[in-house]
Amino acid sequence: MTDPTAYLSHLELGEPDKTFLDSNELIINMGPQHPATHGVLRVILKLDGEKVLGTECVIGYLHRGVEKIAEHRTYTMFNPYVDRMDYVAAVSNGLGYCEAVEKLLNVQAPPRANYIRVILTELNRLASHQLWLGTHALDIGAMTPLFYTFRDREEILKIFEKYCGARLTTHAFRIGGCLYETYDGFERDVKKFLDFVPPKIDEYEELLTTNRIWLERTKNVGKISAADCKALGVTGPVLRASGVKWDIRKAQPYANYSEFDFEIPTGVNGDTYDRYMVRMEEMRQSLRIIRQAVERIPEGPIMAKVPRVMKPPVGEIYHSIEAPKGELGYFIVSDGSTQPYRVRVRPPSFVNLQALDIMVRGALVADVVAVIGTLDIVLGEVDR
Amino acid sequence: MHEANTYLGQNYLVLDASITAEALRILRDEEQFDYCVDLTATHYPTREKQFELIWILYSFARNERIRVKTMIADGESFPSSVEIWPTTNWLEREVYDMFGIRFDGHPDLKRILLPDGWKGYPLRKDYGIIQQDQEWVQINLGIESGQ
Repeated sequence: MTDPTAYLSHLELGEPDKTFLDSNELIINMGPQHPATHGVLRVILKLDGEKVLGTECVIGYLHRGVEKIAEHRTYTMFNPYVDRMDYVAAVSNGLGYCEAVEKLLNVQAPPRANYIRVILTELNRLASHQLWLGTHALDIGAMTPLFYTFRDREEILKIFEKYCGARLTTHAFRIGGCLYETYDGFERDVKKFLDFVPPKIDEYEELLTTNRIWLERTKNVGKISAADCKALGVTGPVLRASGVKWDIRKAQPYANYSEFDFEIPTGVNGDTYDRYMVRMEEMRQSLRIIRQAVERIPEGPIMAKVPRVMKPPVGEIYHSIEAPKGELGYFIVSDGSTQPYRVRVRPPSFVNLQALDIMVRGALVADVVAVIGTLDIVLGEVDR
Repeated sequence: MHEANTYLGQNYLVLDASITAEALRILRDEEQFDYCVDLTATHYPTREKQFELIWILYSFARNERIRVKTMIADGESFPSSVEIWPTTNWLEREVYDMFGIRFDGHPDLKRILLPDGWKGYPLRKDYGIIQQDQEWVQINLGIESGQ
């Protein structure tokens, strides 16, 4: 005997009438060529109407085997490759790698080199955040900020180009210090930029911070708690927006960050809006660091004494820095030869992307785009 | 315990594979290492136990890092630590993808960076730098070779 209610309609059972749309879960493919995925990210969405039930990320489209390449290059030869991971913050990548190898070699970069490193790395953080803001706002539907941020980012790229000849994949640092001395007028250019950019950041804020559409699209969207962040290993502005005051520049200072005064901005709600506010404040704090550095930059050598053929003693090292996107770590194993035995890159974007699923569960499809933007991922780094 | 040591100011533990899973749990629950920074592996083809698994842990409360290392043989699997640190989900998948080390109890152990049908584990030392899965490339990309 079958269940007598099996033939009754939903109306007779007192249940809402089910259409094919809400009775079936819908599987929709977003990407890998979607303009809002910041590269080639494919997200499989499980939907109930507009509501997201779950997601699965398919990554690897940009996999180039960077870690394998490292095992077949000398320490110096691998240096330019790290620029190609997070290609909007190449300077940070280079800093992390050079410092890791310096630790293995027991070499200390000279003070002047450290100042140059800090100035360029912070400029790059600013450039990375500007690019993030422009594309993130564009994803949500605000087109104007993109033009504003790209206009101002250009000034940073000009300084990079004058310093080392490249705009994006800079290869600015070498193991042991910096290869290039600053060009004539470097300090003037940086100071000019420091006066130029603060009103521009206020301008971005004027466009967005109190904009009603922006508030609607970002407040309470993609919330993540501090506990979830720690469990999922999420770092960088995303962690700080959830209220954890943690920045490697303060917690375990590298280069000469301990010499500068700056604040770590934090958020409260851990939503997209707070992450926006944290990054805006980080831009201003970067400017503060650059101003201190450029005023106090000492004279002296820019390169430590490093052997021409680098053979670090047998051993291993983990060194991490606060990249614009979170904790960027290098784990390097040396077997005493000229080539690293193993290089492991701990990319912030890869780990942060894992949080996408819990951040969008229960949200709307349009919010997925907002959350991918707010995580600030670069697929070159996710896939390596 | 085999070894507790410091190199270049960084602490690490080398543990026997049989006690490592329990040690990881203790490190989180009792020693406050609540953030698993990274999980990775290294291949040493000449050793009897070829693979070294490395966890890099961080404690927010103590502002301290520690590395936990253990050796396992080829073909051996290791208990998954997804329950201890959910972040290891993708990290374990990457280790599986690159080294072929299986993690017992992982909710969805499959390749992450390479395509699902790929044969071979690229970060093993016996895998050549220009080596590839010719068959996969020919079937799926319709070209003779990726080189």
